[in-house]
Amino acid sequence: MGAAARRCWGARVSRLLLLWLAAGYAFLYAPIAYLVVFSFNASRMVTAWDGASLRWYQELATDPTLVDAALLSLRIAAGSATLATLIGTAAGYGLARFGRFRGRGALEAALAAPLVLPEVITGLSLLLLFVMLEQAIGWPRGRGAGTVTLAHASVSVAYVAAVVRARLADAGTTLEQAAMDLYASPARAFALVTLPLMAPALLAGWLLAFTLSMDDLVVASFTSGPGASTLPMVVFSMTRLGTTPEIYALATVIVAVVAGGLALLSLLRLRAR
Amino acid sequence: MTLAITGLGVRYDDMTALADLDLTVAPGELFVLLGGSGSGKTTLLRAIAGFVRPWTGRIVLDGTDLAPLPPHRRPVNTMFQSYALFPHLSVADNVAFGLRRQGLRGAALAARVGEMLALVRLEAMAGRRPHELSGGQQQRVALARSLAPGPRLLLLDEPLSALDRSLRADTRTELMRLQRRLGTSFILVTHDQDEALGMADRIGVMRNGRLAQVGAPDEVYERPADRFVAEFLGAANILVGELAPDGTFRLPDGTLLRTGTTGQAGPRLLALRPERLRLEDGPNRLPGIVVAQEYAGESVTTQVRRPDGSLLRSVQALDRGFGAARLAPGAPVTLGWPPEACIVLPAT
Repeated sequence: MGAAARRCWGARVSRLLLLWLAAGYAFLYAPIAYLVVFSFNASRMVTAWDGASLRWYQELATDPTLVDAALLSLRIAAGSATLATLIGTAAGYGLARFGRFRGRGALEAALAAPLVLPEVITGLSLLLLFVMLEQAIGWPRGRGAGTVTLAHASVSVAYVAAVVRARLADAGTTLEQAAMDLYASPARAFALVTLPLMAPALLAGWLLAFTLSMDDLVVASFTSGPGASTLPMVVFSMTRLGTTPEIYALATVIVAVVAGGLALLSLLRLRAR
Repeated sequence: MTLAITGLGVRYDDMTALADLDLTVAPGELFVLLGGSGSGKTTLLRAIAGFVRPWTGRIVLDGTDLAPLPPHRRPVNTMFQSYALFPHLSVADNVAFGLRRQGLRGAALAARVGEMLALVRLEAMAGRRPHELSGGQQQRVALARSLAPGPRLLLLDEPLSALDRSLRADTRTELMRLQRRLGTSFILVTHDQDEALGMADRIGVMRNGRLAQVGAPDEVYERPADRFVAEFLGAANILVGELAPDGTFRLPDGTLLRTGTTGQAGPRLLALRPERLRLEDGPNRLPGIVVAQEYAGESVTTQVRRPDGSLLRSVQALDRGFGAARLAPGAPVTLGWPPEACIVLPAT
């Protein structure tokens, strides 16, 4: 086969591949694109186009239910992500560095459970726990943002621990040994070498936990109380009464924030290189 | 600084990594630990650095027992095989790491870092990150970092193994130059016998967690303690036979060889270095037939089969070209050597 023939064959293959790629992206992103487009629709109908307008964005900005729910979700996400990062880092560090210890198997199983347990079970069991605790020791008094934060943190710990552990296992112990060899106490070595090494994993774990919390409907529904509805809960109850483009506007804002964040991240990464 | 190790034993679970090991390293000495993988040489280094806890024995540095001290309290630095440079710190900060822990700050710190970088000729790289450097440069940063705090003893774990061949010879010379200049005692671990012979003041050959022999390079090479050392360091032809009280070595076929040594009579091994066997008659002689010749430019190795079927190797320097030394396979030859080339070893 000549070089020209091969190039031609290669071009045909890559055209077919391009088609597949386009189909794949369409499958993933067409619904989102549809949603973004219709958020600018002037009509109340969610399926018929009636000219461009920012009407729904204005309604969104003045709708206290959605704005409050969004702010609450952000607060819960930030709080639970921070809590999960603190606990998950300790767990991941212990598993990666302490070798064999009593209860290691139990800790590993306990950390794996939230990854495979159905959310409904997790939510239900946490609800029961909170109710029983309230009866037994009077805390937590009622359910609301606090209990949702705790519930989300307890789920996210597993993810953070997995990320941190993988990073530490990857990095090995040689650098920490080098630090101690150069007169750094174990605590110093941790602060000066291990922590900077772990930093990307901590950030990734925190963002993962944040996203999981922002995204969660099931666990939040079980563990929340009156007056503390997270954004997914509000959106879900709104759609049950029939959607309005206001939800599309909200979704577009969220997509814009996420896309902006990703763009910023890749820009920073590009600079770092 | 004097390092004195006595009766050191290290166990991993139920495996013995070091057993009853004694070793003394003198001030300013470049001591090379040579051994195969799993011989315990790296374990010994890690025990001195403090990363491995011995279950018995003492490691005494200038009268202080190091055993109860954690790694960061030992006046000993390690240059790691993988260099272990901190990826998030610049070259200068890597070198400054140990100095900062010693409490050095400001101008004094900067001066010492500059001095160390000048020592390894990397002043221009101070602001770079380790991953921006070549392998040879990283090696020099690691050396500067481990030498900067002025350790009394520097441990080097295969410091040249990550370098390519052409860099290795230069770096070896450089390492020896630095060691002489600073007068720091070095313990260097390697599995490369050329490195060991070329660099060491003394060599310790390790096997199965023990020191098989300790001595100057020529001493270990020319008077190996046993068959393992003879074959591990360089090549050796081994003959089995009996030693008579007058130093005559008798082979099973009745051939008598003069060894120039005396000792208790009994079964022994005779080790002969290939480069000591000439392809000409000598005070000791063994006849044979050429099997093959292996040309190596500066020298040629000739394999000779003895009448009993065993093979002997002879290496000849080609100071007059290959033409004079070329032999056809099947040609009869006589291998000759002087009595002092005989190395008599215990029979086991």
